[in-house]
Amino acid sequence: MELSNIEQLLEKYQNAETSLQEEATLKNYFSEGNVATHLQEYESMFNYFAISKSETSTKPIQLNPKKKTNWKWLSVAASVALLVSVYIGDGYLKEQEARAQYAEVMSTLKMLSTTLNKGTEAVASLYVYEDTVNKILKTK
Amino acid sequence: MNQSDFLKSVIPFKDKVFRLAKRLLVSTEEAEDATQELYFKLWKNREKIAQYKNVEAFAMTMTKNYCFDRLKSKQASNLTLVHSNYKEKDTPLEKKLEYQDSVSQVHLLIEKLPEKQKLVIQLRDIEEYDFEEIGKMLDLKPTAVRVALSRARKTIREELIKHHNYGII
Repeated sequence: MELSNIEQLLEKYQNAETSLQEEATLKNYFSEGNVATHLQEYESMFNYFAISKSETSTKPIQLNPKKKTNWKWLSVAASVALLVSVYIGDGYLKEQEARAQYAEVMSTLKMLSTTLNKGTEAVASLYVYEDTVNKILKTK
Repeated sequence: MNQSDFLKSVIPFKDKVFRLAKRLLVSTEEAEDATQELYFKLWKNREKIAQYKNVEAFAMTMTKNYCFDRLKSKQASNLTLVHSNYKEKDTPLEKKLEYQDSVSQVHLLIEKLPEKQKLVIQLRDIEEYDFEEIGKMLDLKPTAVRVALSRARKTIREELIKHHNYGII
């Protein structure tokens, strides 16, 4: 390829008017070495492109990769768990309190009733006394 | 679509996906992860893919979008962006040394380009897609692709000349 041709192509290349074929011609020219000194900057460019194209990914592709643990969701789950436990714990606490109050009321009522029973027993003994008095008075 | 059919249709452009991801994400590791993630997504959507005429263009678009998302997300901003050193396997050592400087300059210059120009350079000058395909991948009109490409090529060239003349960039 003549130098003047290459220069023409490069002019078109600058304006992005070259076809892929023409670009292949340029790439070819610059890969051969023997580049005119005033075109050196193009040599670096085309060499870079060629080298870049040869770079490959070395890692094999896995179609079913292990799911990465998503720590964000873990924190969401933790906060939900915390809320639920606080709610349940609160309910349990209230229930416990209610039970304690109930037990206290029950014991107070029991005490009251036993005291009351003692009172009625005492009153009953008064009846016995009255009966006896009546008996004596009637028999007289 | 079974696994072997799927692989037959998508594996041929795996390296293109990887290189595009690397262009945008810079680090090789990130690019490998992105490639993996993208193929996993493609595999999950394999029934839909069967209907696409141009799976490759679709995959490149997905790669572009995925990488942009990665760049936007906080996770990626926490990562340090490292310029991986250039590895040349096939060229002899003297040549390699000779090239090393100006060739890696090109790498840095492309990195500095605006996103659109970066993508267009990658897809045209490295992967050699035609304008129509690039337009589809990037959702641009072919003329817009041309404009961006021309700008990118001119910028790289001018910067290289500057570098050559003054020894700085």
